[in-house]
Order: sequence, then C-alpha cells, then structure tokens
Amino acid sequence: MQKLSPFNITALTLGFAFLYIPILLLVIFSFNESKLVTVWGGFSTKWYASLMQDKAFLNAAWTTFRIALVSATIATVLGTMAAMALVRLGKFRGRTLFSGMIYAPLVMPEVITGLSLLLLFVAMNVTRGFWTITLAHITFSMCYVSVVVSSRLHSFDVSLEEAAIDLGCNTIQAFFKVTLPIILPAVISAWLLSVTLSLDDLVIASFTSGPGATTLPMEIYSSVRLGVSPQINALSSLLVGLVGGGVILASIISRRQISKEQH
Amino acid sequence: MSHNVFAPWDDPNAVPLVEIRGLLKRFGDFVALDHIDLNVYPREFFALLGPSGCGKTTIMRMLAGFETPTAGTVKLEGQDLAEIPPYSRNVNMMFQSYALFPHISVADNIAFGLKQDKRPKDEIAARVEEMLSLVQLGKFAHRKPHQLSGGQRQRVALARALAKKPPLLLLDEPLGALDKKLRQETQFELMDIQEKLGLTFMIVTHDQEEAMTVASRIAVMNEGKIVQVATPNTIYEHPNSVYVAGFLGEVNLIAGKAHRLDDHHTELHWAEGEPPLRIDHPLEGTDGVDATLALRPEKVSISHEEPQAGLCRVQGTINDIAYTGNLSIYFVKLSNGVIIKAQEANSRRLEHRNYTWEDTVWLSWRPTAGSLLLQ
Repeated sequence: MQKLSPFNITALTLGFAFLYIPILLLVIFSFNESKLVTVWGGFSTKWYASLMQDKAFLNAAWTTFRIALVSATIATVLGTMAAMALVRLGKFRGRTLFSGMIYAPLVMPEVITGLSLLLLFVAMNVTRGFWTITLAHITFSMCYVSVVVSSRLHSFDVSLEEAAIDLGCNTIQAFFKVTLPIILPAVISAWLLSVTLSLDDLVIASFTSGPGATTLPMEIYSSVRLGVSPQINALSSLLVGLVGGGVILASIISRRQISKEQH
Repeated sequence: MSHNVFAPWDDPNAVPLVEIRGLLKRFGDFVALDHIDLNVYPREFFALLGPSGCGKTTIMRMLAGFETPTAGTVKLEGQDLAEIPPYSRNVNMMFQSYALFPHISVADNIAFGLKQDKRPKDEIAARVEEMLSLVQLGKFAHRKPHQLSGGQRQRVALARALAKKPPLLLLDEPLGALDKKLRQETQFELMDIQEKLGLTFMIVTHDQEEAMTVASRIAVMNEGKIVQVATPNTIYEHPNSVYVAGFLGEVNLIAGKAHRLDDHHTELHWAEGEPPLRIDHPLEGTDGVDATLALRPEKVSISHEEPQAGLCRVQGTINDIAYTGNLSIYFVKLSNGVIIKAQEANSRRLEHRNYTWEDTVWLSWRPTAGSLLLQ
C-alpha cells in the first residue's frame, strides 16, 4: 500500500472537515442545555425528551416511516422486475430506449419530477396525502433499485437458472428457489437504499403532499422558517442517524456478497 | 463380429433412445446446425466432438430444451421433444460451470430435483445417500459448494444430475475445468458410473483424447454438420475426410493423384520422379482423382537401410527431432518439400539413438496402414 504523504493527509482532513463539520455541529448542539442554538450551555438530552411529547413531530415521524416502508417495498418489487427484464430479455426492439428511460429519473431535477407528479395528481383529481407521496417515492426509488439489482444480475450465471429448470422447476419456481435467494443481498440493500431515499426526500414530498400528510423533512423545513430551535437539531440528528445507518447497512450487505462471490 | 460386443448401431432392430432427424437451427443468418441426423442408442456413451462454435453445444441444449429447433425433429424414447417443456423432460444436464446452487448444501443440491418432483422424504434421503457414496462425498454432505475443491464440485454436479436417474444424461464439457491428471482419473470414474448405472451419457467436448477415452461412439462435427459418426477406433484408423484425420491425433498428409491398380489396390502418384505409393484399398473415385493419403506417425518406421520389399517407402532427410521422453518424433523432409513425422517409442536410452539431424533415412509403412481420403 502507498504511504500517506503529509499533503494527502491534509487534503483528506480538509475534505472530510468540509463534508462533516456542519453535521457534527448539528449533532453537538442537539445536546445543548441552552435554548440559544449557537451558545453552548452544558450537556442535556432534554430536547430529545421534548420531541417525544411533540404531537406534530410524532405524527410526521409516523407518516414518514409508513411512506418509507411501503414505497421501498413496492419499489423493490417493481425495480427487481425491471432489472430482470433489462438483463434477461437480451436485445429486444427499443431496449436501449427502455433502459435509458429507467435511469433517466436518476438525473432528472427533483423539482421537475415533483412538479410533473403534482400536475398529474391534480389532473386526475386525486386527493393528495399519504398515497400520493408514496406513489411519488416509488417512482424514483424504483430506478435506484433496478440499477443495484441489474448490476448484480449481470454477474449472475444464467446456467444456475437453467439447472433449476433442468431439475424440474418452471421459470417462476426457478426464480423464487434459485435466483432470488442468490441475489437477495442486492435486493435487500436496494430496499434499504429506497427507505433512506424516501426518509430524506423534501422536494418531491412537498409537491405531492396534502393536508394531514407531513413528513419529517417537511416538518423540519417549515419550523426552521420560524427560527432554528435546539429541538430541530435533535430531530435532524435523529434523521442523520437513521439515514446514515441505512446506507452503511446497505453497503455492508453488498460488500459481504462480493467477498462471498470471490470464494 | 461376436454377439458380446456392444454395438447396437450395427443392429437394424435396435431401437434408438435419441432420434434426431433433419435438425436445423439458425441464429439470425448464422446456421448453427445444418440438417443433423443422428441416432443414439440406450447405454451408449456418446461423444459430440468438435472445435468451439461447431454446434455441438447447440445439439445438447436442444435436447435439454434450452433451444428450439428451426426445423426438424428430436425424439427421446420415441416421443417428440417439441411438445415437452424443459422442466418435464426425462433428461438431466451437467453444466460446464457446474451451476451448483451456492445458497444450499451439497445434500440439498443433490436433493433439489427429487424435492421438485415431490418424492417421499425417506426416498429422497436414501437417494441422496446413495448418490453421495457413488461420488465418494459422504463426508461433505453439509458443506456449501464454495467450501469444496474444483474436483469435488464436479462430483456434486454429477451426483445432482444423476439423482433423478434420467435415461439420458447430458454432460457439457464436464471435465474442462479440471487439471490434466484429475481429468484422466475422472474420465475412468465417469465410465465406471455410466456402466454401473446402465444409463445413456452424451458428452460434449473439444478434447479429442477425452472423447477417444470415454466414448462408445464419437460424432465429429464441423461448422454445424456431422462429418463422421463412428467408434473411436474407426474414427482414428479410418477417418472419412482430411478434417477428421487432422482433428483426431497427429497425421501425415501426402497429396497426389490416385490411380486404380485393380479391384483392391490403388496407387498414389505424389511427386515427379518418385515411385508411386501403393495402398491396399479400392479406389472409390474415378481414376486419376485428387486424393490425400493420411498416415499416422506411429505407423511410419524410420531406418538407414532400404526397407524390405512389400512396404511403402520414401526417402528424405531428418529436419528436426522432437524428444518427449517416452517418444522421439522425427520430422523427415521429402524430395518435394513435404515433411513427414515418424514416431518411435524410446525403448532404449537417448544416448543410443541411431539418427541425427541431416541424416538421409528411409521411411516405410505397410500398404494397409494409411487411409486414402478423397475430401
């Protein structure tokens, strides 16, 4: 391994500082005794305790989790199906267009996605709320799922599936008995990724939500407009913990999968 | 031929297990299989031999049901396979990559097909036990495939494919991933198992030595066509074309014009000013046709003295000598520039060798030793 030169160490420290000092400050000040956000008044967890009594916060948290779980689950099913189709169907007419269209929402500005969904929901005359946010989250999570799962399927030996069919499985049984168990780690990490994406989405949720359906990021954003309170710091720290945990877990799962394959 | 010899292909009353008629397969413009006709009989160990891309794997995948014919029929036990989906065919396949299911144990891999057929539990357990002892892997029943060596995985793949006792077992380059020594041992094990179970094996391979060792009959393929189907002995001693002669083993080719001597003898005029070579075989083409004499190096003798009368002979100079330990191969250049290989077993030590570079020597062989090929 190459030795780290002083220059590299400096660059690394500065880079990480740039990325993480704001978040670190947020987390530190969430344990601040003082009501003033920028003045340290001693250690306390009282803002976390007060969160637990805040009805608006609890409602938002409940809504957010339901949306994350439901949208991630549906997106995982649909995204896996899309990945199977893209990897397995070989060269069909319009394959490039189809795969391009699957990945396009990844680079589409969120504002555009949100706005177009809002227009659709208005045109369809749907009452906006829990289900409209969930649907919106499914549309963008699905793309991430299909990217993760199809990269796993590319390295999947098709003769495993043929062996299952040769031994008496029909195509559907072969998928559930052989293919799915083998690609499961990729599917789980795609699901975790979808959960975290849904948890921290503000823009699309704001466009597609209605009265009574407020998510945590929306709650944070709207209360910050009235001034930053230590309570918001605590809430944000919780969200950082959740999202960070999800992403780390997803990468551990896919890492273990890779080391298993190299055996 | 005596009655004890296993040769159902010579018996007009024998019922083939696999009947392939007029099989054609196109991938776009590419013709993968060009009107294949083939019979495979019960208890045969049949080898499809050819270079990669010759269509041998396509025939196998068609029997397994992973490819569908463009035209023609494939019958197994008299039943047209076109109507039977791959998962209900009486055929199992051992894959080149072994395709062991990595998420379940060795025993579960072997039991997979039996469980799929919903056989009773105790029957499955007994069958798995039997298969594990057949391939000598009893101790490894609870390991996962990635905890096994290459040779052990190969055995698991074989046991899994045999578990359902298919009347026809397809083996796609089954020994390709093993090293040479292990491959030779495994070839004999495969033959033992095939004989013990009394099943029909069909192997796809590009390794001619492997095909010669294991097979009862070999079909040599080239560019989607079957060039010759025969026993290993016939294919080696009486190849029907230059392609087959060159594909199996070493061969010397002497080209010339064939003239009919009488009903049983032919002469090959191969160079100006050289006496023609006699071949004890009737000429099947017209007099004076272009023909090639195929001669195996081990049938050519080398000597300083002129060979005795009655042998075919040519004279030349030693161009090169290859010493491989057990054999010496002399590359002798003839007057017309053609190089003939003569192979001698080194029954004496190297320092006693009589021949060296640039020596003028005689090469001789019996008039029955070669095959005259018209294509």
